[in-house]
Amino acid sequence: MSLLSPPMIYLIAAAVCGLLPARWRAALLLAVPAAGLVSVLSYAPGLHENVSVVGFDLVFVRMDDLARIFAIIFSIAAALAGLYAWHVRDKMQQVATLAYAGAAIGGVLAGDLITLFLWWEGTALASVFLIWARRTPGAMATGMRYLIIQVLSGVLLLAGLLLHFHDTGSIAFEHLGLVSTGTLLIFLAFGIKCAFPLMHNWLQDAYPAATVTGTVVLSAFTTKMAVYALARGYAGTEILIWIGAVMTLFPIFFAEIENDLRRVLAYSLNNQLGFMVVGVGIGTELSLNGTAAHAFCHILYKSLLFMSVGAVLYRTGTSKASELGGLWKSMPITAVCCLIGAASISAFPLFSGFVSKSLILSAASNEGHYLVWFALLIASAGVLSHSGIKIPYFTFFAEDSGKRPAEAPLHMRAAMIITAFLCVFIGVVPASLYSLLPYDVDYAAYTPAHILTQMQLLCFALLAFVFLMRSGLHPPEVRAVNVDADVVYRRWIPALLPALVAGVARIFSSGQSTATGIVARLYSGIERVSSPGAVLARGWSVGSMMFIVIIVMAFVLFANLF
Amino acid sequence: MSTVDPLTSAASSVGQLPALLIMVPLLAAPVCVLLRRELLAWVLALIASATSTVVAWQVFMHVGEHGPIRYAIGGWAAPTGIEYYIDTLNATMLLLVSGLSSIVLYFARESISGSIGQDRHYLFYAAWLLCLTGLLGIAITGDAFNVFVFLEISSLATYMLIAFGDDRRALVASFRYLVLGSVGASFILIGIGFLYAATGTLNMVDLAQRIPDAESERAVLVAFSFLTIGLMIKAAIFPLHAWLADAYHRAPIAVTAFLAGTATKVSLYVLLRFFYSIFGADYSFGTVFLNGILLPAAVCGFTVMSLVAVFQTDLRRMLAFSSVAQIGFIVAGVALATEAGLSAGIVHIINHALVKATLFMAVGCILYRVGHVHKPSLDELYRRMPFTCTAFALAGLGLIGVPLSAGFVSKFQLIDALFERELWLVVVLVLVSSLLSFAYIGRTVEIMLFRKGRAAPSATSTGVEHGHIDGINEAPLGLLLPLYAMLTIMIWVGLNGDLTLGVALDASRDLLQGMRPLGAGAGS
Repeated sequence: MSLLSPPMIYLIAAAVCGLLPARWRAALLLAVPAAGLVSVLSYAPGLHENVSVVGFDLVFVRMDDLARIFAIIFSIAAALAGLYAWHVRDKMQQVATLAYAGAAIGGVLAGDLITLFLWWEGTALASVFLIWARRTPGAMATGMRYLIIQVLSGVLLLAGLLLHFHDTGSIAFEHLGLVSTGTLLIFLAFGIKCAFPLMHNWLQDAYPAATVTGTVVLSAFTTKMAVYALARGYAGTEILIWIGAVMTLFPIFFAEIENDLRRVLAYSLNNQLGFMVVGVGIGTELSLNGTAAHAFCHILYKSLLFMSVGAVLYRTGTSKASELGGLWKSMPITAVCCLIGAASISAFPLFSGFVSKSLILSAASNEGHYLVWFALLIASAGVLSHSGIKIPYFTFFAEDSGKRPAEAPLHMRAAMIITAFLCVFIGVVPASLYSLLPYDVDYAAYTPAHILTQMQLLCFALLAFVFLMRSGLHPPEVRAVNVDADVVYRRWIPALLPALVAGVARIFSSGQSTATGIVARLYSGIERVSSPGAVLARGWSVGSMMFIVIIVMAFVLFANLF
Repeated sequence: MSTVDPLTSAASSVGQLPALLIMVPLLAAPVCVLLRRELLAWVLALIASATSTVVAWQVFMHVGEHGPIRYAIGGWAAPTGIEYYIDTLNATMLLLVSGLSSIVLYFARESISGSIGQDRHYLFYAAWLLCLTGLLGIAITGDAFNVFVFLEISSLATYMLIAFGDDRRALVASFRYLVLGSVGASFILIGIGFLYAATGTLNMVDLAQRIPDAESERAVLVAFSFLTIGLMIKAAIFPLHAWLADAYHRAPIAVTAFLAGTATKVSLYVLLRFFYSIFGADYSFGTVFLNGILLPAAVCGFTVMSLVAVFQTDLRRMLAFSSVAQIGFIVAGVALATEAGLSAGIVHIINHALVKATLFMAVGCILYRVGHVHKPSLDELYRRMPFTCTAFALAGLGLIGVPLSAGFVSKFQLIDALFERELWLVVVLVLVSSLLSFAYIGRTVEIMLFRKGRAAPSATSTGVEHGHIDGINEAPLGLLLPLYAMLTIMIWVGLNGDLTLGVALDASRDLLQGMRPLGAGAGS
């Protein structure tokens, strides 16, 4: 493989990085994504970097429009994260960031399943160090849990690819479809990394546990690589539409009740992935464009949100909603950037989320999936509520916490401003994004109908939030709020929402605790017989060994004679 | 036996090499005892072992080019005398055993310098050479009774080597292994005796031809059963593995590294030889239901033993149980009786021998410096012994079976073979077991790399005092050189997986065809 292929640039840089002085390492984190981007753009469409190993023809770079857009946004995300992390002097994080970004880019460029598997595990191994870098016992344990789940995903992928290879004799990573056990296993492997419902817990567990900068890096790559893999292998698989719809809905409830803002963002990340998965499931050109575009925008605004909350965490030492508030007075730039990120994720017109999400929504309604379309609408309202309003509101406004931290450091501000600019730029000039999409785009985001629908939705959601806030704080004023919605909406939201939220959360968490209970009992049972000195692990006396020999002998004779 | 033409043509180019392979270490052993001087004995043992390696390499190349060798000892042709029979499978075993012995023997001198009194070193090397002779002899011979003789030579030397362990518990471990090993050897002897009674020959090629027409089918069956048990004990196949953990734990670590790579592997070779070449795959897996015994044993073995390994706190014990689990992988492949399964088993014999020897050598380095290998108290050992820990981690990747490492090729092949037979549950358990090996290796590496000493909660990157590893230095070159030599070979084999796989496929094809008298054409 050429040393100048994108993943190799990152890996070599990661290897060299460990030997350089601190300032150089920070510069490397900026320079390498730039070099990687140049390398990505230098490849013509087609298969490159073919290597034959143990009789398999591996394709390390498969360049086409779908791979390119993901490779580009990964490079941009790596660069922005590098800038944001300029102050970091921790060698472990810097090496891990480079290796992780390289593995993710390698993953989206992989032209065959074995190469994909290599990078798939590569992302797992590299990224866990961003969690371990916090060096607390809690982070160690979280990292281990994260790693085990990620490696499990890799093992499933390996098993699936072996079966697939056995069935078809091909390891090419093209459209797979849910046609056999092998492709089902691969599907599950992708699903774990994509945080499908009930396979999602690693995400909310791990991302908030990483370092300030580590979370920004983590939020960009693993899940979007999985989205890419799904788009490549399972476009048009109908079950994905429903999985995606559930994914957009259920995290809302958790995000609403969660206090740790980074965990709120992790839930909303899950919800955004749902949109992309729906796009993959619909499988038309329009919806796949939507998935790619949404991944692109999502990486930017989600990074931006994680950056702003991270900056607050960096300055104040907490990211708990209940301990923050009123920070806009001393961190105005961070607050503005956070608002831009919030507007983007909520899909306000003129912000990036609007031009990408509407592709998926249009695709859903074009194909007649009205139920899904409706679910996505509800989810959009939820996004506005928990990410668009809750995050900036509780951090920068709300009740004044009295904290007056300094504004974020210069490099963090620079990273946030650039990211915010990109969010607005894509929102204002959607053609710039559409030109990168895998299929030709004949789509106008800014039609009156789209804008009107979206604004209606956003206004309702805003009103609902105001309504809830004020009804919670000042009950007498409830009636004074002039809600321009039908009566059902007005009566049901306050009555049902808390119960619904608690109910859904209870179902999920009781399922989880039953499962953990069973696992814990199994574990202690195994431990009882296997730990040093226990029956399976101690040295057996000659007598008991002979006893086993006799039993086996009897069994063998019995089996052979009859 | 009118096999003169091909025999002489083969023998003429290969010369007396097969005899040399055995005679050099066998004769060097008593000379070691006579020399008595520690350094001289070591140099002699090393030269003998290296000579065997070079000869084994030449034999290996010769077999690769010209096919199987039949070599009559002392010129006495087969029915009367003893002959050596070397095909791809045992040529590979010879190379593996002698090569491992040479590298680990180099490692041994520094490794035992502190734990065994200088005045007894010559005995150690003599025992080592006898053990090597025995293992090579088992692998080379084409005579069933001769297998037993060499088995006893290697076993007796092994008991002695284990008893050299620096702890009195080594004696108990050695004694238990002695009893179990002798039972295993006696069972093998009884099996061979019954075969002789049923067929009137001890030559493997003749046995292979006569067993199908044997008058007493029952005698063959009894022979088969006794051999099964005997070989299962010697190869430490679950549930007859219990001698192994203590023996590996208590023996001097160099001996453990040597035995882990060779002793059980040679027993597995004998198992392959008897069940495939002599009884024939049709008999072993058709008439007699051997896979009904071996496959469940293997599957239980790798699942249960991987679990047990996870919970071990002593690295030697952890790796010992992991060995039993890995033997389970090998046996699972072998029990399938298909070309893919058999080649998976054989390739894993090679890979696991290299990987486990490397791991035990790395553990030996830690033991040498730290004085113990209690896993939970090796925090941040990487700071003190970076090269050793790196080697351990890389070899660990090979054990887990990460792609491009040695273990990957064999696991890939094994899973492929299991797919072919549609044994889905076994596939799942293989994957689970791999995940478990990731758990126990990963945990160890994590402790070595990252975990701070619990005594230093506010640890910063510099100047932290770690009482227990304070003042510990990297292992001396005498240990690191052989460790890295082994590691290099292991990695090379992993990267060139298609080469070992090719050898294994050749060997399994030979085995499935059964032993054929060379020059059968000339006889007809």
